[in-house]
Amino acid sequence: MRKDRFFKMVLWVSGILFTLIILSILIYLFKGSYLSIKTFGLKFLVNKIWDPVNEQFGLLPFVVGTLLTSIISLLLALPFSLSLAILLGVFYKKGFLNKFLSYATELLAGIPSVIYGFWGLFFLVPIMRKIEIKLGILPYGVGILTASLILSIMIIPYISLISKEVINMVPQDLIEAGYSLGATNWEVIKKVIIPYSRSGIFAGVLLGFGRAFGETMAVTMVIGNSNFLPKNIFSPSNTMASVIANEFTEAVKDIHLSSLIQIGLWLFLLSIFINFIGEIVINKMKVKGEK
Amino acid sequence: MKNFIKTFLVLLFCFSLLSTISFAGDLELIGAGATFPYPLYSKMFNEYHKQFGIKVNYQAIGSGGGIRQLLSKVVDFGASDAFVSDEELKKFTSPIVHIPMTAGAVVLTYNLPGNPKLKFTPSLISNIFLGKIVNWNDPEIKKVNPGINLPDLKIAVVHRSDGSGTTFIFTDYLSKVSKAWKNVVGRGKSVNWPAGLGAKGNPGVAGLIKQIPGSIGYVELIYALSNNMPYGDIKNKKGNFITPSIKTVSLASNTELPDDMRVSLTDTDSDYGYPISGFTWILVYRDLANGGLSRKKAKALVKLLWWMTHEGQKYAKGLHYAPLSKKAQEKAEKIIKSITYRGEKLVK
Repeated sequence: MRKDRFFKMVLWVSGILFTLIILSILIYLFKGSYLSIKTFGLKFLVNKIWDPVNEQFGLLPFVVGTLLTSIISLLLALPFSLSLAILLGVFYKKGFLNKFLSYATELLAGIPSVIYGFWGLFFLVPIMRKIEIKLGILPYGVGILTASLILSIMIIPYISLISKEVINMVPQDLIEAGYSLGATNWEVIKKVIIPYSRSGIFAGVLLGFGRAFGETMAVTMVIGNSNFLPKNIFSPSNTMASVIANEFTEAVKDIHLSSLIQIGLWLFLLSIFINFIGEIVINKMKVKGEK
Repeated sequence: MKNFIKTFLVLLFCFSLLSTISFAGDLELIGAGATFPYPLYSKMFNEYHKQFGIKVNYQAIGSGGGIRQLLSKVVDFGASDAFVSDEELKKFTSPIVHIPMTAGAVVLTYNLPGNPKLKFTPSLISNIFLGKIVNWNDPEIKKVNPGINLPDLKIAVVHRSDGSGTTFIFTDYLSKVSKAWKNVVGRGKSVNWPAGLGAKGNPGVAGLIKQIPGSIGYVELIYALSNNMPYGDIKNKKGNFITPSIKTVSLASNTELPDDMRVSLTDTDSDYGYPISGFTWILVYRDLANGGLSRKKAKALVKLLWWMTHEGQKYAKGLHYAPLSKKAQEKAEKIIKSITYRGEKLVK
């Protein structure tokens, strides 16, 4: 009995502590960005200039860079992740290939992002340069597309592993019922497996998006860190997380520091918003009758 | 249940024991700040510990962080690559002093076929970094570098993306030599670059330059020397083209210097000094009691500072840092002598 009470207490304490931590982060971000909010107001959101010398700060280029890289990376990662998940969840549920591929994807998820950054800089950038030379664009090699490519490789493990798990959870009766009605593999996947597991797959997509959204190190090494609105997907750009990581340590002026913290605040709020929308979509997508 | 509490208590006890051990040792001075002089400082502090048994704990968290930590008095000394501006000085409740420790330089490095030795004039540098000169076969580059076969190649400008003292020195130089630069960009640790790509840290800039033919960027002299990178000669104020080296950087500071040493060494009057160089400083409160130090600590700190600006200088060259020039050392002595503890002088 006493053990039970103690156990419950531990659970409660963790729950409360966690809420308090999130709250304190939010309070810190508000307090830290107060000066910048007071100075720039809503203009901060639409200003295109980021000029620490003349104390002009605007969020727009970074939001655009962040959204572009994370959305493009998601679009690039989705087909591959789904294929991988279906391969492992439907066709090779057991055996050597399953073990090998699962292990390899898990390994991919565990690589530190700075390694991805280095790999991108020394392997991917030269390839991108060659492509850019062929296309007749100024061959920087770094830019939004390069960053998106790196990000997509980083999020494939998240989406594919989660999708694989939910595909595994599709009741065998449903699949067999599909086959018994004469459906082909493709039809079973399209009409039974995907609809049944789509809310779970979307949860994986959301997790991947969150990862891409906040990724710092790998992105900053290959995006070109240029604080302008990008002209096309080959342009160098910058993301919210990356500009914070770059300028925070040496920001001496109060307004500069405060503006960086305000970027952090928006990053925080945007990820809450995306998660919130995600929750709604996941609930909508759930197969009726499923609890 | 009881076991759990027991383990917990034992662990707690162990932790408290550990922390007492680390506190019970010798006198320890704590500093934080600039990353640029970190290799030199750690060498100096290591030698100092061997000779005098006083430990110095230095955290290279960046100049901005160093200044903030000194402001909130959680460290005994701060370190910075850029001197504290007048506006920021007002934030300190008690005056602080800047003691120069060593000088560093920023060099222009590039990636061209064959990597010829190039010469640069101030206007050439500012026009390239302003994005006005966009091709290597530009007549202005050819005029300064006669006889060198410059290719028809787009210039890709690479700059630092992280706030850094290196950028401060470089933009400070450009602001001095180019009106256009001063009006459009200005000087700072992070600026609004009109052209090019940003890369994080010296390794990032060097990495991009190695990758992109036709690129040009700036890195610390130390970094270029230890990585055998090509770098250009730069025309100084007296009209001489100077190759960056430890010697020419030391020469740059061998001019008239202000008493508080809050000075940048860019574009100085020195005949053979390299024009893009700068000091790095250690910052302490003028009256150390106001910085929250004990008398014992204050005495140890002043002794350390004296040693660093004198005997300690011999470690600079081996690590590619430029030692203080004679004139700079004299000024540093004066500043150290002005440090007090509750109004009482610490060095006679």
